[in-house]
Amino acid sequence: MMETLLLSRIQFAANISFHILFPTITIALGWVLLFFKIRYNQTGQDRWMEAYRFWVKIFALSFAMGVVSGITMSFQFGTNWPGFMEKVGNIAGPLLAYEIMTAFFLEAVFLGIMLFGFRRVPNWVHTGATFLVAFGTLMSTFWIIVLNSWMHTPQGFEMRDGVAHATDWFAIIFNPSMPYRFTHMVLASFLTVSFLIAGVSAFRWLIGGRTEGVRVALKTAVFGAALLMPVQIFVGDMHGLNTKEFQPAKVAAMEGHWETGGNVPLILFALPDQEARENHFEIGIPNLASFILTHEWDGVVQGLNDFVAEDGTILHPRVAPVFWSFRVMIGTGVAMLLLSWAASFMMLRRKRGVEGLPKPVLYALVGMSFSGWLATLAGWYTTEIGRQPWLVQGVMTTAEAVADVPAPMVLSTLIAYLVVYALLLSAYIYVIFYLARKMSRGEDIGTRIAPAPAAAPNAIPAE
Amino acid sequence: MNTFGDPTIWLPFVFAGLMGLSILIYVVLDGFDLGVGVLFPFAEEDEKDMMIATIGPFWDANETWLVLAVGLLLVAFPAAHGAILTALYLPVAIMLVGLILRGVAFEFRAKAPAPHKRLWNNAFFAGSLMTSLSQGFMLGMYIMGLEWTLVNAAFSLLTAVFLTVGYSFIGATWVIHKTDGALQAKSVDWAKGGIWGLVLGIGLVSMATPLVSTRIFDKWFSWPEALLLSPLPILSALLVFALWWMLRRMPFTHDRVSWLPFAAASSLWVMAFIGMAYSFYPYVVPEQLTIYEAASAPESLFIILIGTLFVLPTILAYTVLAYTVFRGKATELRYD
Ligand code: HDD
Ligand code: HEM
Ligand code: HEM
Repeated sequence: MMETLLLSRIQFAANISFHILFPTITIALGWVLLFFKIRYNQTGQDRWMEAYRFWVKIFALSFAMGVVSGITMSFQFGTNWPGFMEKVGNIAGPLLAYEIMTAFFLEAVFLGIMLFGFRRVPNWVHTGATFLVAFGTLMSTFWIIVLNSWMHTPQGFEMRDGVAHATDWFAIIFNPSMPYRFTHMVLASFLTVSFLIAGVSAFRWLIGGRTEGVRVALKTAVFGAALLMPVQIFVGDMHGLNTKEFQPAKVAAMEGHWETGGNVPLILFALPDQEARENHFEIGIPNLASFILTHEWDGVVQGLNDFVAEDGTILHPRVAPVFWSFRVMIGTGVAMLLLSWAASFMMLRRKRGVEGLPKPVLYALVGMSFSGWLATLAGWYTTEIGRQPWLVQGVMTTAEAVADVPAPMVLSTLIAYLVVYALLLSAYIYVIFYLARKMSRGEDIGTRIAPAPAAAPNAIPAE
Repeated sequence: MNTFGDPTIWLPFVFAGLMGLSILIYVVLDGFDLGVGVLFPFAEEDEKDMMIATIGPFWDANETWLVLAVGLLLVAFPAAHGAILTALYLPVAIMLVGLILRGVAFEFRAKAPAPHKRLWNNAFFAGSLMTSLSQGFMLGMYIMGLEWTLVNAAFSLLTAVFLTVGYSFIGATWVIHKTDGALQAKSVDWAKGGIWGLVLGIGLVSMATPLVSTRIFDKWFSWPEALLLSPLPILSALLVFALWWMLRRMPFTHDRVSWLPFAAASSLWVMAFIGMAYSFYPYVVPEQLTIYEAASAPESLFIILIGTLFVLPTILAYTVLAYTVFRGKATELRYD
C-alpha cells in the first residue's frame, strides 16, 4: 500500500506537471493572439498578421498538448484517487462539471473556427472566435483554481457521515486563497508566454530573420514582461501572507525556520536537515524575513518546531523540497525582472528599439525562453508539497484517497507516461525552434495542415 | 424541491440520462474520427492529408464529450466512478496514451520536418487503434461485470476488435460524405467491408448481454416487454439492409445524399446504445451498484443540473455552428 501511494503520487505529479506546462502557455497566448489580431484589424499593418500567423501555430500545438494531457488528468481521479471524490465529491464535482460545461466546450468548438475558419467566416466572427477561445482558457483556469484553492483553504461545507456536503457555494468558490492563487497563476501564464515569445523572437533575430513581425513580437513580449513582473512580486507577497494565515506550517517550511522568534533573517541558502531539525550552511539577510512576513523588522515568525505534536508526530511538510522549490521560483522571478528591465531600458534608450539590444542580451533572452515553466512548476511544487500530508487541508490526507491498485501496475503505467512525456516534450521544443528557423529562412512554414483535394467540384469556395 | 417529487429518485435518473447522452454523442462523433485514424494505413500518402482535413476542425470538440461523460460519472456517481475506473486501470491507461499520441500527431505531422511526417502518421494510426481497441475492451469488461477472468478477457478482446471495426465503419461513412473522387470510392469499399464486422459485433453483444445475467434476460424475453422492444432489432435490421443496398450503388449521380450512410450508421449506434442502456438500467456498476445507490448528494446534483439546463443547449448550438461553418466537402485546412 505504501508503495502504491508513493508511486501514485509520483504519477500524479508527473501528469499534472506535464499538463500545466501547456495551459500555462495557452491561457495567455490566446489573449496575446487576440491582441495581435485586433492591432491588425485597427492598423491593417502586415507585421501584426505575420506575428499572429507564427504564434497561432505554436498555440495550436500547445493546445493539442494541453487537451490530451488534460484528458489524462480527468481519468486520474478515478483510477488513482477514488477516495478523493467519495469524500469531497459533492464539492469537487460541481466545480469540475462547471469547468467542462462552461470552458472546455467553448474552447474546443471555437478553436476549430479560430484555427481554420479565417477564410470561411467574416473577419469579425474570426476575431470573436479568437476571443471566445481565450476567454474559455481563462474560465478553465478559474474553475480549476477554485477547486485547487478550496483544497488548500476549504470553506462553506459540513461533514455528514464522513462525507463533505456543500452549505455555502459562495464561500466555496470565493475561498480565502482563491483570489491570490488565480491572479498569481494568470500572471505566471502571461510571464511564461512573454519570455517564450521574447526568446523565440530573439532567436529568429539572431539567425537573421529580422522581419517586422519579429520586431513587434519581441517588443510586445519584453515590455509586457517588464510591466508584469513587479505586479507578480506584489501579488506573490500577498499570496504568501494569505498562506501564513491559513497554512502556517507551509510558510515555515518555505522560510526554513525551526524556532519561533523575532528578528528572523531571510535565508538565501541553507541545507535544511529534517532529522537534526536545523539548517546547515545557512546564509541569510538579517531581519528581512520578519519584515516580509509581518511588515515589522522584529516581528515574530512561527517556526517548524511548533508543528510537532507532543508524541513527536511531524505535522509539517518535508522541509527541503518546499524550501528549495520556493527559492527556485523566487530566483527565476528575480532573473526575469532584471532581464526584462534591462532589455526594455536598452530598447527605450534613444528609441533604438530591437537594434538597441546587444548580443549577450539576445542570448540571455533565448536562454530564458522556458524560464516561465521553471518558475511555474517550482511554484506549484511549493504549494502542493507544502500542503502535505493533507490532500484537503484539515479534511482528508493524501493517503486516505489512494486507490487499492497493485503497485507494479502503477509502476508500469508511470513508466509509460514518463516515456511518452519525455518524447513529446522534446518534439514540442524541437518543433518550435524548427519553425522559427524555417521562418527565418523565409520558407513557407505550412499555413496548410492538409492540401486541397485534387478535384472538389461541389466544395464551398474558399473565400 | 419536493414539488418535483423525490429528488433522490429523479435526479440520479436525469443524470444517468445525461451521461448516457454524452456517451452516445461521444461514440458517434469521436467514433468517426477515431475510425478515420484506424483506416489510415489503407490510404495513400496524399489521401491521408485529405482524411485529416475531414476531421481537423472537429476532433477536439468530439473528444470533449468523453471528458463530459467521465465528468458526469465522476460528479454524479462518485462511488461508481472509482469502482469502474480502478477495475479498468490498465485499459484506461492504454486508451489515454492512445489519445495523447493521436491528438498531438494532428499537429506534429503538419509542423515537423517532412521526413518526420511518416512517423507522426504512424503515431496517429497507432494512437487511434489503441484508443478504439481499449474502449472496446472496456465495453466487454463492463458487459461481463468488471470481473477479470480468462473468459471475460477473451470476450472483451472480441468486443475490442468489433468496436474498432465499428468505428472504422462510421469513419468510412464520414469520409464518403466529406470527399469525392478516388478517395470517396475507396471509402465506399471500406464501408462495404466493415458492415459485416459491424453486424457480427452488434449480434455478439446482443446475444452475450442476456446470457451474462438472468435479470437482463428476463427484461428482454418476457411478455409484453418483448413486443414493446421488438422495434429495436427490427429497425436495426432495416438500417443494416439499407446501408448494404446503398453502399453497393454509391456514389450516386451528382453525389446526392452522400450524408445518408453516415446518418444511417449513426442511427444504428443509437439503436445499439438504447438496447444496452435498457439492459443495464438501473445499474451503473453492473449487478453491483444502482444509479440511486451511487448518486451524489441531491443539493450538489441540483447545482449542476441548473447549470446544465442553460449550458447544454448552448453547447449544442455552437457545435451545430461549427459543423455548419465547415460543412460540405472538406477543403484544404489552413491557418490564414
Ligand atoms: C512565472 C511564474 C512565477 C513567478 C515569476 C513567481 N511565481 Fe509564485 N507561484 C507561481 C508562479 C510564479 C505559480 C505556479 O503560479 C504558483 C503555484 C500555485 C499558485 O497559486 O501560484 C506560485 C506560488 C507562490 C506561493 C505559494 C502559495 C501557497 O502558499 O500556496 C508564493 C508565496 C509565491 N508564489 C510568491 C511569489 C513571489 C514573492 C514571487 C516573486 C518573485 C513569485 N511568487 C514569482
Ligand atoms: C497545475 C499545477 C500543479 C502542479 C504542478 C501540481 C503538483 C503537484 C505535486 C508535485 C503534488 C505532489 C505533492 C506530494 O505528493 O508531495 C501534487 C499533489 C496533488 N495535487 Fe497538485 N499540482 C497542481 C495543481 C493541482 C490542481 C489544480 C489540483 C486539483 C484540482 C491538484 C490536485 C492535487 C492532488 C489531488 C494531489 C494529491 C496527490 C498527490 O499527493 O500526489 N493539483 N500536485
Ligand atoms: C487536476 C487538475 C486538472 C484536470 C482534471 C484538468 C483537466 C483538463 C482537461 C480534461 C482538459 C481538456 C479539455 C478539452 O478537451 O478541451 C484540460 C485543458 C485545460 N486545462 Fe486542465 N486540468 C487540470 C489542471 C489544470 C490547471 C492547474 C490549469 C491551469 C491553471 C488548467 C488549465 C487548463 C486549460 C487552460 C485547458 C485548455 C486547453 C489547453 O490550454 O491546453 N488545468 N484540462
